Amino acid sequence: MPAAAAASGFEPPTIQDFFPGPILFAGTPFEMNRIMLIRVAVVVVLCLWLWLGTRRMKLVPGRRQVVTEYVLGFVRNNIAVETLGEVDGRRYLPIIMTMFFLPLGMNLTGVVPFVGIAGTSVIGLPLVMAIIAWITFIYAGFRKLGWTFLKNALFIPGVPWFLYFLLTPLEFLSTFIVRPITLTLRLLMNMVAGHLLIALVYAASQFFLFTLLPSGNLFGVLGVGTVVFGVIYLAFEIFVALLQAYVFSFLTAIYVQLSIAETH
Amino acid sequence: MHIVGYLGAIGFGLAAIGSGVGVGYVIGKTIESVARQPELQGRLQSLMFLGIALVEALCFIAIAIGFIPFPSPTGP
Repeated sequence: MPAAAAASGFEPPTIQDFFPGPILFAGTPFEMNRIMLIRVAVVVVLCLWLWLGTRRMKLVPGRRQVVTEYVLGFVRNNIAVETLGEVDGRRYLPIIMTMFFLPLGMNLTGVVPFVGIAGTSVIGLPLVMAIIAWITFIYAGFRKLGWTFLKNALFIPGVPWFLYFLLTPLEFLSTFIVRPITLTLRLLMNMVAGHLLIALVYAASQFFLFTLLPSGNLFGVLGVGTVVFGVIYLAFEIFVALLQAYVFSFLTAIYVQLSIAETH
Repeated sequence: MHIVGYLGAIGFGLAAIGSGVGVGYVIGKTIESVARQPELQGRLQSLMFLGIALVEALCFIAIAIGFIPFPSPTGP
């Protein structure tokens, strides 16, 4: 950090933002800090919304029912049924819907005013979700095809036999190892980078408008620019939150579809 | 003259070049396809977002490598 900025009181966000101190049960394995409490709150809110939104449904829907139906229908039609077909789409619908709503809720807390940090910005939650998606597509392959799932995935047909020595380790690496890693890192780093940028722009606006201007330094006028940029970037951050949830569930559906495809 | 800085930032800057070119290519091809067949816009837009997320994944892995504390060979 440059010496001039530190001396005059500008504190940019650091990686320590993602590791706040414990609030409950400190020192035990069940230690809850702020981010864990946010995740628990999001799960409670999601369960409540989905339960209350699907109770007492009428044939001619009211306003609340239209919104819930629209979102659930979007996940079912455009993600599950479109990639997997009718039968398999309905069978794998619960896991795909979980992989849509859970990252969506957790990502969106990053833009809510007093919460400010996404539940998926520490590695635990993206890692667990990626491992579940990994188990799902391996299970789907074994359930539908048995051991020919491994034959299809690792020994691609139509290739001269000596190339298998090169191709099979690469395929194994790319299918069974790289996929969960990229799923985790894509979700995690989108949220980490977004949070650091937003916190930096807000801290810069605070510093320019409330520390530099009152002390007479005319550089504080740049604060107007950073505020405008902050508003634009907040809109972009909401878009990234939605997009990452959509991509996570869509990729889970596509990996399942690749596993259960009969022929190449 | 002493210049002090963080070398990982240069690495990430280079990684962002590939990501920028890739995303531009995906979006450009989508716009071209929609110009040819406007009725496929919804489907192609979904595929475009999927392509963008896949290309940018490598860019974000480059950021993640920057946060790993590699042991220094000459001492901390």
